[in-house]
Amino acid sequence: MSETQLSLPISVRGITKSYGRFKALDDVSLEVASGEFITLLGPSGSGKTTLLMVLAGFSRPDCGSVRFGDEEVIRMPPHKRGVGMVFQNYALFPHMNVFNNVAYPLKLRGVGSADIAQRVERALNLVQLGAFMERRVDQLSGGQRQRVALARAIVFEPRILLMDEPLSALDKKLREQMQIEIKHLHEQLGMTTVYVTHDQREALTMSDRVAVINDGRFMQLDAPKQLYERPRSQFVADFIGESSFLPVEVERNEARLNGTPLRLAEQPSAGGHQLLVVRPEKLEVLTNGSGGDLNCLTGTVKELVYQGESFLFYVSLDGGAEIAVRSPSRREALAVVPERGQPIRLGLHPEDTILVPAQS
Amino acid sequence: MTAIPRETPVPVSAGTNADGLAEDARRERWQMFGLCSPALLLVGLVVFIPVGWLFWLSFFDAQGALTFENYERMWGSRSYIRTFQTTFEISFIVTGACVLMGYPLAYMLSQLPQRAAGICMIFVILPFWTSLLVRTYAWLVLLQRQGLINTWMIDLGIIDEPLRLVHNFTGTVIGMVHILLPFLVLPLFAAMKSIDRDYLKAASNLGASPTRAFWQVFFPLSLPGLFAGVVLVFVLCLGFYVTPALLGGGKTIMWAMRIETSVNLYANWGAASALGVVLLIVTLGLLYVLNKAFRLDKIMAGPR
Repeated sequence: MSETQLSLPISVRGITKSYGRFKALDDVSLEVASGEFITLLGPSGSGKTTLLMVLAGFSRPDCGSVRFGDEEVIRMPPHKRGVGMVFQNYALFPHMNVFNNVAYPLKLRGVGSADIAQRVERALNLVQLGAFMERRVDQLSGGQRQRVALARAIVFEPRILLMDEPLSALDKKLREQMQIEIKHLHEQLGMTTVYVTHDQREALTMSDRVAVINDGRFMQLDAPKQLYERPRSQFVADFIGESSFLPVEVERNEARLNGTPLRLAEQPSAGGHQLLVVRPEKLEVLTNGSGGDLNCLTGTVKELVYQGESFLFYVSLDGGAEIAVRSPSRREALAVVPERGQPIRLGLHPEDTILVPAQS
Repeated sequence: MTAIPRETPVPVSAGTNADGLAEDARRERWQMFGLCSPALLLVGLVVFIPVGWLFWLSFFDAQGALTFENYERMWGSRSYIRTFQTTFEISFIVTGACVLMGYPLAYMLSQLPQRAAGICMIFVILPFWTSLLVRTYAWLVLLQRQGLINTWMIDLGIIDEPLRLVHNFTGTVIGMVHILLPFLVLPLFAAMKSIDRDYLKAASNLGASPTRAFWQVFFPLSLPGLFAGVVLVFVLCLGFYVTPALLGGGKTIMWAMRIETSVNLYANWGAASALGVVLLIVTLGLLYVLNKAFRLDKIMAGPR
């Protein structure tokens, strides 16, 4: 099979979907490259699932275009689209055993029974459930159901795979394990994948690119590292990772925090009011005299929390704002852990000094 | 400097408190049993004692002598066998008609939006709030020779002669279907409502046309509700009295009407009791067989 047959690019243009006055999707456009793993990330009610349902054909948008490869599919019923899908609650048929669930799409396609047995076995082996073919669905654990749902979605070799928060029902350890497994599976099979989640860590772990969506619009579409290190709006900086925001005045390409000029890696994009994004783990506790080339913040320690792998402390800045600081519980970092009520100096590297426009 | 006294731990061995804990468990079980004893007593009083009394009575003839004649009569007499056949025939036809009418109705209700389904459901339940007798007489008014249906059909020129719609088998079936339909629709509707729509989406996504998705996914998943409704309707049919008595015109005789004649006409409690016992045994036997065949206990517990 050639590369082009394994996956198809998806082109979404100008999709709008409204429920009464509420716009679930507002003129959304998205280009997904063939074989790409893209994640739609957003809070609940942001429109991410609606967009996935439009791709699968279960939700009819008001207008717009969806193309799989060269083919316009916007008016095609779901059963003719040939995309694989993993549902949030798995939607495994309770009246069929594991084998019949996975065999179902093949039976619908009129595949011969010998061929079906072989392909079902291969798909189940791929998700490490080869020994579970005769099990009833209600005899499986959550993680196993998840794998069966995955096997069923890929057994007919769809060129596009959609996943709707497939890991949200699993516990943390299993979820992290499945994230890696799904990633490997994607690398192995190479189909274009659109993944929906509200878990930012999951999005960063798995995706080639992440589309952050809010109020039916894309806020930012970038590779995970770009998205985290260079957020372009307060919403993205706030939604991905933890952030505190400090007001900054920008004048003549110079940003000032409480009157002190900031060292920046990039020229500020616009003047006026901006916000400095302060991520807890980007701050360094400075000892006397160090940190000459960093942006410096001073304040008092208000609260100290030991969280195992790190310390979290809240600092009341001299300007009045309060920020969180995370310090790893490594030996050399432990040596400089402050005490409550103690004055503290914090350093922020110019590369990590990010400004975003203040939300109106 | 005073040393802070450390708490001396109480020595705990492997079997500590085992007897006390076991006794607590035992007492709790008895308390639970005590709580359900009023219900058990009630069931005993209103079910087992009357049924036992019925069973006892069925072995005495009209003069009060011990006898098997009440049961022997049922085997020998052709009219008893006819009644038995009629009862089952009507039960099968009524149940079948209820399925044919009730399944599409329940399906439609289950697919309607919540509000609309609620309103339509009122129309299904509404007949329950009207007396059975009133509904049966209403059918008599509608179906008789000079009734509404015959007059309209003649006026519209569909028929020349009035159809014989009542005081026969047809009338009995029409009346019973109307009265028993909700008993099929309600459990079926509940079962259909509990079918997750994602199953149908999944089927569709995997390549099933709407027709195939219905027959291969929705229909099998609705079967538990359908069986529950079918059993309910069928068992109610077997013992139905008022409607066949009024709409059957004395020609379509069902089991319960036999019992009534035995008591009211012949004052033969023994014969009536024997008929009741046989009906009960046949019903229980039928439930047992159906249970074996379709695992009703699981079905009644609802789909998982």
